[in-house]
Amino acid sequence: MSHPIIEFRQVEYQISTISAPPILSGVSLQVHRGETIALLGRSGSGKTTLLKLINGLRRVTSGSVLVQQRDVREWDIIRLRRGIGYVIQEIGLFPHLTVRENVCLVPHLENWSPERISSRYVEVLQAVGLSPSVYSHRYPRELSGGQRQRVGVARALAADPEILLMDEPFGALDPVTRAEIQREFLALNRKMSKTVVFVTHDVREALLLGTRIVLLDSGRVIAEAAPLEFVKLAHPAAREFLDAAELTAGAGA
Amino acid sequence: MNAWQFMTSHRVEVLAATREHLILVLISMAFATAIGVPLGLIIVGRPRLRAAALALASIFQTIPSLALFGFLIPLPFIGGIGAHTAIVALVLYALLPILRNTYVGLTSVDPAILEAAEGMGMTEQQILFRVRLPLASSFIMAGIRTAAVITIGIATIAAAIGAGGLGTFIFRGVAMVSDAVILAGAIPAAILALLADFLLGLLERRLRVS
Repeated sequence: MSHPIIEFRQVEYQISTISAPPILSGVSLQVHRGETIALLGRSGSGKTTLLKLINGLRRVTSGSVLVQQRDVREWDIIRLRRGIGYVIQEIGLFPHLTVRENVCLVPHLENWSPERISSRYVEVLQAVGLSPSVYSHRYPRELSGGQRQRVGVARALAADPEILLMDEPFGALDPVTRAEIQREFLALNRKMSKTVVFVTHDVREALLLGTRIVLLDSGRVIAEAAPLEFVKLAHPAAREFLDAAELTAGAGA
Repeated sequence: MNAWQFMTSHRVEVLAATREHLILVLISMAFATAIGVPLGLIIVGRPRLRAAALALASIFQTIPSLALFGFLIPLPFIGGIGAHTAIVALVLYALLPILRNTYVGLTSVDPAILEAAEGMGMTEQQILFRVRLPLASSFIMAGIRTAAVITIGIATIAAAIGAGGLGTFIFRGVAMVSDAVILAGAIPAAILALLADFLLGLLERRLRVS
């Protein structure tokens, strides 16, 4: 098997106060090219922190995180981040920039030629199902939640990164829009075959989008399984999630 | 003679004083903005310098304006009698609102937006100039607006040290015990202040994001 594109080795993460329990402890995890990893867990389980260790928004207390076999601490942090698409909830769009300016920001910072930026803009906006010309000059405040989230995904894809990190990307959407965007994302992801790591507390979303589900509880990885295996898990924390969503092995997701 | 009659019969003088006044204010505001905004950018990431700069700017603000003009007269280079001394004092008064609003605007940007910027691989400088500064622009404009109104008012006192402007009429009117002459200085100054407040307010609203 090829080398993992992202690897966590015995990761500990603790905020400076020594008395508090660690946010993450003993986390080891390998992510391979083309996988879509769902980091599933309750609020405070450490899933968002784990995600932020990948693009260096948080730094490990001990252990190491490797991206493309190189320790995050050894990476030029700007280079590392420009090579990783980052999607957060809809609030992450820059309110003072138009859709086009938001989407083209990283290519622009990377000094792409104007022609290349233009064609890439059209490409990614079409990929997320928005009309490039209609949205070009609109501001985030003029968009619906679903449109904003699509723009967020387009922006993350703009510089054609190998890795995509998504922090509860569809969490703020209404259920109908969320289902719609999830389906679109699934189709998009199949086409592009990026390596995706996303955080969610929605087990249905994890089962639908993930090729592998990593369950976190109190800063530890307690289960790792493909969706079809995950629904059969007997671990109490996994069952809590499945039961809460009324999903069982028989019912099919 | 009422104020209206005085102003119409002395309109050339009143207009010239208004022009003088406006020039004093514009030059002072240009300096205060050119110092205040960059200083605000510098102190964002430097807590110690920030405390010192804001404290110093606040101290100037507490000195009564007539006293500050008086203090400046004996100083070499920046002091003396005339418009340049007045401009130094006006800049010191205008600095605090501009500096403080720049700082507040830059630090009140939604942390989620800043983290998105960082996560996308923007450098600190890029975040400052492409995210924080544009999002702070309406705050900064609000500071400039406050400073402009203050400066237009205080500039009337500049006449006391021979800087000219609308204050000339006010001081002359006080000496002559003539309301009409005082109002010939006070009314145009009030109109200038209201006008500046209104126009800069429009600009401020245009800059506001969502």
